[in-house]
Amino acid sequence: MTTPPSGWTDELARVRLHVVTGKGGTGKTTGAAALAVALAHGGRRVLLVEVEGRQGLAQLFGRSPLPYAEEHLTRVPGGGEVRALAVDAEAALLEYLSMFYNLGFAGRTLRKMGAIEFATTLAPGLRDVLLTGKVKECVTRTDSRGRHAYDAVVLDAPPTGRVAKFLDVTRAMADLAKVGPIRDQSEGVVRLLHSGETAVHLVALLEELPVQETLEAVDELDAADLRPGAVLVNRVRPVRLPAGEVDTAARGAVDAEHVVSGLRNAGLDPAPAVVTGLVDQTVEHALRVRSERAAMTQLAAAGLPVLELPDRPDGIDAGVVHELAELLIEQGVR
Amino acid sequence: MSSPRAGRPPMLDVDGLLDDRGTRVLVCCGSGGVGKTTTAAALALRAAERGRRVVVLTIDPARRLAQSLGLRQLGNHPRRVQLDGDFPGELSAMMLDMRRTFDEMVMTHAGRERAEQILANPFYQTISTSFSGTQEYMAMEKLGQLAATGDWDLIVVDTPPSRSALDFLDAPQRLSSVLDGRIIRMLSAPARAGGRGIARLVGAGFGLFAKAVSTVVGGQLLADASAFVQAFDSMFGGFRERAKATYRLLRSPGTAFLVVAAPEPDALREAAYFVERLAAEGMPLAGLVLNRTHPVLADLPAPSALAAADELDRSGDDPVVAAVLRLHADRVAVAEREKRLLGRFVDAHSEVPLIGVPALPTDVHDMEGLREIGHRLAGT
Repeated sequence: MTTPPSGWTDELARVRLHVVTGKGGTGKTTGAAALAVALAHGGRRVLLVEVEGRQGLAQLFGRSPLPYAEEHLTRVPGGGEVRALAVDAEAALLEYLSMFYNLGFAGRTLRKMGAIEFATTLAPGLRDVLLTGKVKECVTRTDSRGRHAYDAVVLDAPPTGRVAKFLDVTRAMADLAKVGPIRDQSEGVVRLLHSGETAVHLVALLEELPVQETLEAVDELDAADLRPGAVLVNRVRPVRLPAGEVDTAARGAVDAEHVVSGLRNAGLDPAPAVVTGLVDQTVEHALRVRSERAAMTQLAAAGLPVLELPDRPDGIDAGVVHELAELLIEQGVR
Repeated sequence: MSSPRAGRPPMLDVDGLLDDRGTRVLVCCGSGGVGKTTTAAALALRAAERGRRVVVLTIDPARRLAQSLGLRQLGNHPRRVQLDGDFPGELSAMMLDMRRTFDEMVMTHAGRERAEQILANPFYQTISTSFSGTQEYMAMEKLGQLAATGDWDLIVVDTPPSRSALDFLDAPQRLSSVLDGRIIRMLSAPARAGGRGIARLVGAGFGLFAKAVSTVVGGQLLADASAFVQAFDSMFGGFRERAKATYRLLRSPGTAFLVVAAPEPDALREAAYFVERLAAEGMPLAGLVLNRTHPVLADLPAPSALAAADELDRSGDDPVVAAVLRLHADRVAVAEREKRLLGRFVDAHSEVPLIGVPALPTDVHDMEGLREIGHRLAGT
């Protein structure tokens, strides 16, 4: 189940804002981090942004919680760098308001009282507008010579169930004031999100629910005129049985005698219980491979490039993220 | 903090829990994606087949699981599930419709005229469909309603798929504080009596803040919110009373919490938080259900399996047996990781009874699958 390097299209290579979503538990943050590191190869500067206050990036990279500031996260061979930013909607709102009003001391007190949480509750769209607004500012920021501050920005976005709504800034603005600073800025956000500079990648597992949610999210993104990018299939486990044997084994037809003689040829002398156990494990493996194949076929129907990340039974840390990034590069990410 | 490891944790006796007539409410909680809904459905089915009159309240079941429970149509009330075979108990199931539950609650508590006013308010529509705590609050409300009917002798509750397991306990409080209207009164009428105290507190900045918020969210929305809070005010007492009653139900001896997790670091971390939180709240924890484990079925060390597979690959004449050996080694690696992850949880919480539920090789979406999960939950 390998994907040809053409998996990463020329259109995707031009994207500057990579939004990464996925059903909860699929490894969205891992996928976003691996993509950011992959994109930073070749001496590029990449910003990895999280917006849900989970501090998932800090945990992944084994460091203390990220503040609301762009901080160095990891260096990448070839002189590249990934920086990280945890955007906090309340801080973003205060940042915003202080651009227009001198709140002074009141800002902190109101925050303590929950007034700011209240304002974002009053208009749920406000939170999303603030978060995407900050992301847009990072994508478009330039230095004194007009060069982009970041070559690419990777956003660890809300899960598939909410992502289309999260990115639908136009709709969210309908809840908000018809004039004013936020509205003016939101027009630029809308332009960026619906342009060729943005793509929404979906992290999936080869299981029923994640596949179903991925396909639903692709439909929702299409309907909202947002651009689905690639599907990152995470935690792909090795297929050990020869292709022609899977269906036979999945039916339960694993010949125990054959297993015994094979093991003897290899110098083992297994107890009957071991043989039974091995046969049961093989049948389970075959059933799993078969349902994963069906899941892959369903995913392919979305017509998006598919990239694979292998299962890592020892868990994920910063070192593993770098290895996964190498695998993404092998599959064409650039 | 934790006592030295006292061997294996006690095994969770699921059948004992289901058979105990004193168990009236069973709450399945845990972070999203760990199989809570399936666990809740499997427990309810098993309890019904063992003679209990059961209702299971699911929150957001997978489509095919919902179909197998006969929940194709969204109903906000329990429907009887047809069970094959002859069993002494019975099973009903329902899927939470958060908006309808909220509407019904408003209609119960507010007078007819006032209810219509509330239901038509745009701000109510936002709160009742998209506020992040509403689903949790309505799940609690529904649990309270089901308990009040007395129609069932066991209620199994699935909890909303929030990121953090603790949201289930905290979200109702969050919604309460929004609805109690203190801040909104200040925002919408900062010059009136209620606002002056605050103005003294934070100085002139408050007026500016109110102005800023109004610039940002728009005067209309603020006006809607204010009208809503005023209309809601009269029923707020009843609203909070009910939430308190449900909270008491959760702390009563007839309630048992099952914390559901999968052998993943995030899920087990959430499970640990939840176990500590339940203890702090005085809520009765029955144990931990560890879903989707991969126990090794054949007692053969991985290195010998891999060496034998290499041997077979060299001769090249038995690729199938070589595959059998390699997939065994894969499985040993997975099982060791799971054991390591669980070990960390057990070190800190050695007193919590637990049961591992071995993964089924395919997705569960019919009665047969639920029954099989039930067997595995009971350790049979």
